[in-house]
Formats: sequence, C-alpha cells, structure tokens
Amino acid sequence: MLGKLSWAAIPFDQPIPLFASAIMIVAIIGVLVWVTYKGFIPYLWNEWLTSVDHKKIGVMYTVLAMVMLLRGFIDALMMRAQQAMAFDGPGYLPPEHYDQIFSAHGTIMIFFVAMPFVIGLMNFVVPLQLGVRDVAFPTLNSVSFWLTASGALLINISLVVGEFARTGWLPFPPLSELQYSPGVGVDYYIWGLQISGVGTLMTGINFVTTILKMRAPGMSYLRMPMFCWTALATNLLIVAAFPVLTATLSMLALDRYLGFHFFTNEAGGNMMMFMNLIWIWGHPEVYILVLPAFGVFSEVISTFSGKPLFGYRSMVLATMAICILSFLVWLHHFFTMGAGADVNAVFGIATMIIAVPTGVKVFNWLFTMYGGRVRFTSPILWSIGFMVTFVIGGMTGVLLAVPPADFLLHNSLFLVAHFHNVIIGGTLFGMFAGYTFWFPKAFGFSLDERLGKIAFWFWITGFYVAFMPLYVLGLLGMTRRMQHYDVAAWRPWLIVAAVGAVLILCGIAAQVAQLIVSIRNRERLRDVVGDPWDGRSLEWSTPSPPPVFNFAVLPNVVGEEPYWGIKQRALREQRLGEEPAYEAIEMPKNSPTGFVTAFFTSVTGFALIWHIWWMVVIGLVGAFATFVVFAWRDVDEYEFPAEEVAKIDRERRRVRAEAIAAMRQPA
Amino acid sequence: MSVGATASGMSGDPYKLGYSHHGHLEPGTDEATGHGEGGPASKRIVVAYGFWIFLLSDIIMFSAFFASYAVLSGATAGGPTGRELFDLPRVAIQTLCLLTSSFACGLAAIATRLRNHLWTQIGLLVTGLLGVVFLALEFQEFTTMIAQGAGPSRSAFLSSFFALVGCHGLHVTAGLLWLGTMMAQVFVKGFQPPILRRLMCFSLFWHALDIIWVALFSVVYLIGAYS
Amino acid sequence: MNASSNTRDDQRDLAPGDELITDGDVASGLLGYVIGFVLALGLTACSFYVAGSDLIWKPGIPTGLIVLAVAQMGVHLVFFLHITTSPDSTNNVLALAFGVLIVVLVIGGSLWIMAHLDHNMMPMDKLMEMQR
Repeated sequence: MLGKLSWAAIPFDQPIPLFASAIMIVAIIGVLVWVTYKGFIPYLWNEWLTSVDHKKIGVMYTVLAMVMLLRGFIDALMMRAQQAMAFDGPGYLPPEHYDQIFSAHGTIMIFFVAMPFVIGLMNFVVPLQLGVRDVAFPTLNSVSFWLTASGALLINISLVVGEFARTGWLPFPPLSELQYSPGVGVDYYIWGLQISGVGTLMTGINFVTTILKMRAPGMSYLRMPMFCWTALATNLLIVAAFPVLTATLSMLALDRYLGFHFFTNEAGGNMMMFMNLIWIWGHPEVYILVLPAFGVFSEVISTFSGKPLFGYRSMVLATMAICILSFLVWLHHFFTMGAGADVNAVFGIATMIIAVPTGVKVFNWLFTMYGGRVRFTSPILWSIGFMVTFVIGGMTGVLLAVPPADFLLHNSLFLVAHFHNVIIGGTLFGMFAGYTFWFPKAFGFSLDERLGKIAFWFWITGFYVAFMPLYVLGLLGMTRRMQHYDVAAWRPWLIVAAVGAVLILCGIAAQVAQLIVSIRNRERLRDVVGDPWDGRSLEWSTPSPPPVFNFAVLPNVVGEEPYWGIKQRALREQRLGEEPAYEAIEMPKNSPTGFVTAFFTSVTGFALIWHIWWMVVIGLVGAFATFVVFAWRDVDEYEFPAEEVAKIDRERRRVRAEAIAAMRQPA
Repeated sequence: MSVGATASGMSGDPYKLGYSHHGHLEPGTDEATGHGEGGPASKRIVVAYGFWIFLLSDIIMFSAFFASYAVLSGATAGGPTGRELFDLPRVAIQTLCLLTSSFACGLAAIATRLRNHLWTQIGLLVTGLLGVVFLALEFQEFTTMIAQGAGPSRSAFLSSFFALVGCHGLHVTAGLLWLGTMMAQVFVKGFQPPILRRLMCFSLFWHALDIIWVALFSVVYLIGAYS
Repeated sequence: MNASSNTRDDQRDLAPGDELITDGDVASGLLGYVIGFVLALGLTACSFYVAGSDLIWKPGIPTGLIVLAVAQMGVHLVFFLHITTSPDSTNNVLALAFGVLIVVLVIGGSLWIMAHLDHNMMPMDKLMEMQR
C-alpha cells in the first residue's frame, strides 16, 4: 500500500539524525503556530505565497537560500569536527552517516543555497534595472520558485524519513546504482533535483526572454547595466546546461527503477558516460553560480567608487566569452579517468584560456576603483575581499588545469579548497554584497552597517583559516571525504580548519544579529528617498520598496547608466523633469498555481522515492489538472487605476524634490 | 533623481529613442528591430520567443539522450542488434504519419489566421489522429521487442534506444494531451489572444517534434539497421 | 503584459513561427507548407532508399544519411517554422545557432571523449584476469 515506506524509515535508532529531525520539526511547527496565532496566514497567502511579483519571488528565493545555508553549514561544522577528532580513532560520526552528511552538504549548498540566492537576486533586480514592470512570464516565475522549494522540501524530509544519498553531491555510478545504493537516499537526491531543476530551467527561459525582449524604451543592448548582461549569460547557460542534468538524472533513474543499463557494470553499461554527461552540466553550473556575482561586483564597485564601470564593452565581451567558453572545458573534472594525453591537453588548455576573460574583469574592477572616491561600506568590503580571494582560487584552478598536476591533486583536499575558494570567495561574497546593497530597495530600510562589517571580517578570516590548511593538506596527500585517518601530520591542519569553521559561524551569527537589529531599528535606518547609495542604474529611481508596477511610466533611456545622467541633470537644474501623463496599468493577477503545482510535485516525488505508485498517479494527475485550471482562467490581469498610479508617483516625486532642495551639488 | 519626465513612446517625445545598433535609425523614429529600443515587445512575440527558447532547451535534452545512444549503440552485450530488430516499413509509416500531421498542423495554422473555426478544428483533429497512429505503432514496436526478450534491460544499446525513442514518444503523448486541451479551449472560448498565442506555441512544439523524429529515424533506425 | 503606451506594433520583430504575411493571403501560406511537405517527403524517401541500396559507398552511408537529415531539418525550419534570414528574425536565428552549437558540443564532444576512454580501457579479458 505504501510501497517501501514503513516505520523503520524514521531514524529512531540513530541519535544524531533523530535529534536534528526533532529540532527541525519543532522549529517548523513553532513558526507555523506563531504565524497562525498572529493572524498572518491570509496576508502571507495573498501577498507572498500566491504572488507573481518578481520582487516578492526574489525575496522568497533569498529567504530559502539563507535558511538552507544554515542547514548546509551545520553539516559543514559536523564534518570539520569529525575530521579534527578522527585521528587514529573513529570520531563521533559513523561512516554511513558521515557519507550522507558530506553528500547533503554539497547538494544543499549548490542547489538550495547558491542557486536560489543567485536566482533570487536576479529576480529582484533585473526587471528594475531594465526599466520594466515584471519578467516575461510572471506566473511561470512563481511556479519556478515553488518547484525549487519543493525540491528543498524533499531533501529536508530525507533527514526525517529515510536517508540521504551516500555518494557525494554528484551520484557517480556504480555506487549510485541500485546494487550499491539499494536504499532511498539516491532517489531523494534524484527527484529533489529533477523537480527543482525544472524550476530552474523555467527561470532560465523566463530571464532570457525578459532580457532580450523586454527592456525600457531606448535601452539598447549596450546600455544595459552590467548585472543584466551577466544575468543574460547566466540564464543562457541555465537554458543550455540544465536539460543535460535532467537527461542524465533520468538515465540514472531509469537504471534504478526500470532496470536499464546506462551506467551499470554489466550488459554493456558505461559508467564513464555518466561522468561525461554530468560534468557537461556541472561545469556551466559553476559559471551560472559565479557570473551573477561578477555582475553584483560591477554594480557595487562602480557605485561606491563614484565612477562608471571601466571598460564596459570589454566587460560585455568578457562575460559572453565566459558564457561560450564554459562549454568547452568540462573534461577537466575527470582528467584522471583516462581519456589520454591528447584529449586532456585540449581541455587543459581550454581551461586555462577561460581564466583570461575573468582576468579582464578583475582588471576592469580595479581600474574602476582607481581614481574614484571609494566609500568603504560593507558591500565594497565584500567586493575587495572577493577580488583577493577569488584570484587566489582562480590561480589554484589554473594550476589544477595542468593535467599532470591534476593527476596528483584530483579529489584531494587541494581540490576541495579550490572550489570552496571560488564559490565562497566568488558566489557567496557576491551574494552577501548584493544582499546588503539591494536590501534597502527591497524593504525600505538599510541593514545595520556595523554588524555588516563585523560579519564580513569574521567571514573572511574564518574562510582563510578554514580553507588555506586544506590546500596544504591536499599537497600532503590527504584525500577528500575521509571519515578517519592515521597520518599524524594532517591533524594540526584539520584542527585549524575546524577553528576556521567556528569563525565563519561567528560571521553567520553576526549576519543573523544584523537582520534582527536592523528590523528593530528600521525607523532609524529608513531609506526615505529610495537612493541610499547614490546609485547609477534605474532601480534607484524607484521608491523603497517599489510599488508593484515598479515604474509609473516606463523610463526613456538615452545613455549608459540611465539614472545617473538624469540625476545629475536634476541636481544641476535643481528640479525634477515634468510630471508625466499617468495611465492605468495592467498587472498580472496573483495565482496559487505555483504553490499548488509544488504541492503535487512534492507528493509525486515522495511517492516515486518510496515506490508508492498509486500516489504517483494522483500527483501527476493533480499537476496536469492544475495546469488546465490555470490555462482556463478568463481574467489574468487586473487594472491599477491611473489615479492610484498618480498618487503613488506624486509622493515619490515630492520626496525627491525635497531631497534635491536639501543638496546643492552633484554627489 | 527623477525618471525621464514626459510620457514616452508614441507622441511628440522630446526624449528621442536611441540609435539601433546598426546606427542607421534616425533619432526619433519609431522603428524597433527587436533590439529593444522600442520598449518591451508585444505579448505575442514575448510568448513565442520564450517558447522557442524552451524548445531549444528541449532539443539539448534530446541531444544528451542522442549522445548516450551514439556512445552505447554498440554495447549489445551479446543480445539483439538494431539490424535484427528494426522494422523499417513500420518506421516509414511512422515517419509519414508524423510528417503529414505536421503538414496538417500548418494547415490548421492557416485556418486559424483566417479565424475559421471549422477548418481549424479539422486540421487539429487530423494532426492529433495521425499522432495517435504514430504512437500506436511505436507502442506496438516496443511491446513486440519486449516480448522477444529485447527489452531495455537486455543491454545498454537497448536501454539507450528505449530511452531516446521513448522520450520522443512521451513528448508526442504530452503534445496530444495539450492538443486535446487546445481543441477544447478553441471550442469553448474561440480565438481570443491567449488562445491564439498557445496555438502558435503548440504548432512550434509539434514541428519541433517532427524535426527530432527526422534525426531519430535517420540516426537510430536507418543507420542502425544497415551499419 | 501591460497596456501602457510603450509597447509597440512589432512590425519589425518576428515571433518564431510567425510569417510575414498579411491576413487573408491563403494561397502563398498554403504554397509554403505544400512545398515543404513535398521536399520533406522527397528527402525522407531518399534517406530510406540510400540506406538500403548500393547507391552510396557503404562506409559513407551514415554520413549521407546525416546530411539528408540535416537538409530535411532545414526544410522544416524554413517551411514549417518560417525561420528566415531577415533582420526581423535575427533573435530567433541567433537562439537557434546557440542551441545547435550546444548540441554539436554535447554529441560530438561525448563521442570524442568516450572513444578515447574506451580506447584506453583495459580489454575485458585482461580485466577478468586481474580479478582472479
């Protein structure tokens, strides 16, 4: 009746997962009870859960990312503790459990922290920067978010019911085949990622269409802000790479569920094909993660240096070059699999070439800062920290790109240090900078700057203390994912690394404190005008937070940095432009489609994992029915009357006219 | 700190539109060549372009299955090969069915442009029926092969064959479900703009499936049967 | 998605699948589909014939079939999907080109890599020997 599901699936006999599950369930129930008691449910349902507004969806993505960061980081702390302890002894985590932890750590951090963070920022910022009202397909956007959340839900359920994969964050066969992973762990992984992968693909389609087909009048390609260019490259990569992930995980699922022989040991299967296909996705994926961070840094550095971005066109070229080149290097993830010197050489050289456009970008950022009046706010601190850290990580990447070197360092802690170096130094620092930078726009008040700086210093110190020892360990020969070891020389470095993890924990604590303190002090930190940083692009011309329609009248764009030119002219002439003629605005209606679809996909995913076939049918039928119901609605837009629009915009103009009067000179 | 003031767009606008990136446009002209100077494109273009991008992503997914097939096509594990299994006359009929259904879909598109209910529904119905015949033949092929012991768990070659051809069949099935829904919507709601946009997307999808079938029958069946 | 005065008539931007044709001009639309249909039929017949006959040198048959398949895909794109080289279709062609590039990289790259990997794999009988 319930497939493979039974009471034995709940880890009553394993104290650590039991404890963790209990805490998670208590926390979730606690939040739900509090929300219900305060009467927030109707508000949350109407304003957030059914919202198709890109700004709200962006915020929800970011919240998901930050919550999952906590879970992924707890996994990291557990791993560091285990490795610090487990010299000539078993440590405290049994191997079956340790294996699940490092697999969950990687899976969560990449798919449910980094991706949602990146997509969340793009969601919030891109339509505002393009000067339009929303993305191309708002309801699809909502579905994308909820599918991602559905995948995250499944991964979290694996803690309570059943187990997670023990294969690492990429389930290489034959370990991930049924013979060697007979449990449900790999299935949780497969379906969690298939579901969220569909959501991500739809985001890619949404944003490519938005950026290419929906921009404010006058915004030609070479007038788009740099963040939008990197968003374009990122989403092109999503559209091109994620289908390969879907196909490959489907092949693995076919092997596990229907006895196919894609990657099995017998009947002609070829395990190496999995590595080949998964890294065809995997390499563009890391560029999907880092390109938006590059975009954030372009915005932050030009804003806080008070100068336009240096070498805009070369940045555009470099970004699109990275986009194409990222598809030409994937074999460097398996140099040691035996393709031979010719093939390895080609991909090794290609990998080194891809460092060049990134170098172009770094120089452009440096030249942007040079000659500017740099204001050392926390976003700029994150940016400078990124430039140092990412360059180190990039250089170790180029080192690993040399196949003979990689033969020694593949799957050692050197590799682990390298990719944490670039993902933390690149993606995560970029997301933190973007979060601080755009927080006032999203919520109407800034984040506490002092705690932001404290968080930065803990994070960057903690990062170096945690990961530089890993480079040394890799060179000393330590392999990744070791549950215990008996080489005395490694132990001190692992203890230092554990200390580093604790420092990062302090950084995260500072960020949590920052959020709480900022909310408490929000009146003092209020962003009245909507331009707290003296910004240069169009989002800073809107109120904070922007009205649902973003712009009362779509702006006319006449040059690069559209808002900066308008602002300087206004300051010079001491007046705003003329009041526009306000018209009614049609906005898309909110819709429960996303939430309901995600409900059915969660049901379907859970049923597939536990082999409850009748539930699978119900889930699929439900999803199809949701689609039909959605397609059948007659009215999908509502009208914002012109008087409402006028009222909101006149308030915006009044506040800004006051601000002009208060200043006498351009910034 | 204010946004460009006057109502932009169509009427007497002091803020002229930018140059197109070919530099040919006179400032102030209304022409938008898809480069965005004219503001957001219409819903029809946005929807169709988005669907076009989706189709390309779907083709990339198929290419991953194709790559697997190409790599594993020799891994017959001592079992039956393509030459022994493929029934080319049936493949020829399947190809004719799909091609003719694409043609019928095109005719339905013309009828839609003329806002002719009857011929649109007839065209869509023919499209669907030919699709059903295609699927029936494919189903028959699969069941025959499985009954002969040449199912997907026999060898890697057969796994990749069933996955690739089956994936295409699943897409055809989904397309038929979509077609049925569209026919119902046209019947109930008529040629409203959202329905027209969806019909355009459907015909894009259906033609793309035929394009994939061209690759399928050439690479899998013909090369497989005669190599 | 909004009715503000800033959306345009898109006279110079073509949706993929749309053709530059005025309403009511049935004949030329019909002709396009008929030509496409006939060409595709012809190419299909060629493919089936080439595969089974001695017309082409046997080792060259796969290449020939792929050429014919690509040609037929082109016929579909032009006559059924109305992809043209006009400037209105630029975005659509560019997207298609990007997709084709990725497809070539995925399939070609995989074949190249896997062939090398297989070439370097120890033969099965030696592997079995090692197991013993």
